[in-house]
Amino acid sequence: MTTSSSLVYLIALPLVGATILLLAGRRADKWGHILGTLMSASSFAVGVYQLTQMLGRSNEARPVTQKLFEWISVGSFKVDAGLMLDQLSICFVLLITGVGTLIHIYSISYMSHDHDRRRFFAYLNLFIAAMLLLVLGNSYLNLYVGWEGVGLASYLLIGFWNQKPAYATASKKAFVMNRIGDMGLSFAIMIAFATLGTVSFDGIKAASEHASTAALTAIGIMLLVAATGKSAQFPLQAWLGDAMAGPTPVSALIHAATMVTAGVYLITRSNFIFDAAPTAQLLVVIVGAITLIFGALIGTAKDDIKKALAASTMSQIGYMILGAGLGPVGYAFAIMHLLTHGFFKAGMFLGAGSVMHGMNDEVNMRKYGALRKFMPITFITFGLGYLAILGVPPFAGFYSKDKIIETAFNAAGNKGLILGIVTLLGAGITAFYMSRVMILTFTGKSRWDDDAHPHESPLLMWLPMAILAIGSVASGFLLSNGNALVNWLAPLFAEHEEEAERLNPNLVSGLALAVVALGVAIAFIKYSRQEVAAVAPEDVSVFTKIARKDLMQDAFNEAVFMRTGQALTATLVKTDEAVIDGAVQGVGSMAMGSGSVLRGIQTGFVRSYAALILVGAALLIGAIWMVTK
Amino acid sequence: MDAANYLYLSVLLFTIGAVGVVVRRNAIVVFMCVELMLNAANLAFVTFSRINGDLNGQVVAFFTMVVAACEVVVGLAIIVTIYRSRRSASVDDASLLKR
Repeated sequence: MTTSSSLVYLIALPLVGATILLLAGRRADKWGHILGTLMSASSFAVGVYQLTQMLGRSNEARPVTQKLFEWISVGSFKVDAGLMLDQLSICFVLLITGVGTLIHIYSISYMSHDHDRRRFFAYLNLFIAAMLLLVLGNSYLNLYVGWEGVGLASYLLIGFWNQKPAYATASKKAFVMNRIGDMGLSFAIMIAFATLGTVSFDGIKAASEHASTAALTAIGIMLLVAATGKSAQFPLQAWLGDAMAGPTPVSALIHAATMVTAGVYLITRSNFIFDAAPTAQLLVVIVGAITLIFGALIGTAKDDIKKALAASTMSQIGYMILGAGLGPVGYAFAIMHLLTHGFFKAGMFLGAGSVMHGMNDEVNMRKYGALRKFMPITFITFGLGYLAILGVPPFAGFYSKDKIIETAFNAAGNKGLILGIVTLLGAGITAFYMSRVMILTFTGKSRWDDDAHPHESPLLMWLPMAILAIGSVASGFLLSNGNALVNWLAPLFAEHEEEAERLNPNLVSGLALAVVALGVAIAFIKYSRQEVAAVAPEDVSVFTKIARKDLMQDAFNEAVFMRTGQALTATLVKTDEAVIDGAVQGVGSMAMGSGSVLRGIQTGFVRSYAALILVGAALLIGAIWMVTK
Repeated sequence: MDAANYLYLSVLLFTIGAVGVVVRRNAIVVFMCVELMLNAANLAFVTFSRINGDLNGQVVAFFTMVVAACEVVVGLAIIVTIYRSRRSASVDDASLLKR
């Protein structure tokens, strides 16, 4: 362990940027975007500095800590606001600030016509700061602050154009669904505190060796719930497609490269919990497997280029979650896929933004076609990302995705066989829908609207795309050359034995490539050989219809959760009106009712009063006589 | 003569008074009936004094007479005032508080 006083600058720089931009208001319109980009870039510079420092130390001395201040101190319970930068965090720091800075640069041009560009950069900086806090926190409580911060930034950015009601609704949907996950995280923290008495990573790691499996399983499941919310995994995945309402740079940065991978970070960071709780770990694998197929199937039916990419993101994060669920052998590969995915998916999203930029913000791929000649740079950068996600050697996805498929096959028992086949199948479907995106957008005949004048994007937009494309080409090789990333991360994870190989790695790669080739071929036959209708055909099979509706996820949520929720609230309102209000008003009306009955006795006739007194006296005497007899 | 007979007379007088109070409308008659009830009570007190052989009952009877005299003064004054303003001594007519 090493201490450092410069960690805080990583977070403070973008946070200061966000504060200045939000407080300065319209005065900052002229230079706000430059300040925002500089803050993000300088945070990246601090990250690179930290990496060079870290490289010069031995494995044990690599993690860096910094105590900021004493946050909570109640009796024996103490939580410091502290930062920790270790081998895992530095990967995220460089991804967040690096890709983040590129996307800041891209946004300068992409958002240049938006008169709220300064606010956009303020939110982007806020996001960078929150995400860095998430990956740098040294306890679950610090992580939670960042976790909520990125949720807020995501909400603000999805609803950036909230003058459109549909976009405002999309941001609310994302926020509410994320809250369910956040609740999981807070439960996990509470259970950890109740059973282990601490919330710091180190403390829980030490305590987990003696803790009961039941407690660790409960914590693990709650952490998984948190991860499914933030990472758009089954069953909390429905918000990601709608989140594409945000400006495209946001989709690239937050809803593809960084924030949605927070769930993978959480599970990898909590590896000591999941390793000790096999049930929770199995659930992680199941969630990953379901989501990777689920997202891929949605991707095949989407005509909106951004929603197709969003479905793809969901599916690729499914791969990462599955990898992380495979235990110590899989964590490093999950992180590797996360990093390569950060490059190629951000690059493709920026490419999609570039296409939209040239096509009057049209997102329907059926109205694209033949854009290759008009946008050569976008075509090449997008194409390199495409080859990377397919897993064609030597592009990045080949190294990361193949490793996950291979590790899945090697898992013991039937689990390995099922997971291997699922991941292979996912690779095939991925190849199909990504080829579909490529073919519909860049090749074939033009199906543009009449007023479309496609043109290549300016330098500030294609430069980040080009850099990310280089990353899509080279990152896989660089990270896996000599097992670089695996060895880098190894000190963080439990030691594990080499598992027996079910299939030869070369055979797995061959199988994966064959499945990918099949997917590409089907897409080619279906969309390149045949005419593509500019309007989506209606006479399609029921499966297509279901896939177009995101596999009924919204209908399901509406029927199961929204309707029952509404019924619950309706019942509660009725109960409130009948029981609570009824009791209060009942007291009043009872007093009034009994009063109006008793008022009848007050006739005003003296003789009847006298008679009543007489009867009363007689009864009293009778009663006394009865008692004393 | 058996002292119990005085008690029977007292009960009879009290009952006549009570019925008169409840049944009659004229305030003067009601008033006289109240006096009748008081005197019935006085008779009972005196009888018990005689039976028990001490003076307690007779002392209470004196008190009752004083109270009755005061009551007559106040009561008659009220009745006369009501009669002056309403030209009626009927107790049923004097039910203004009801409305």
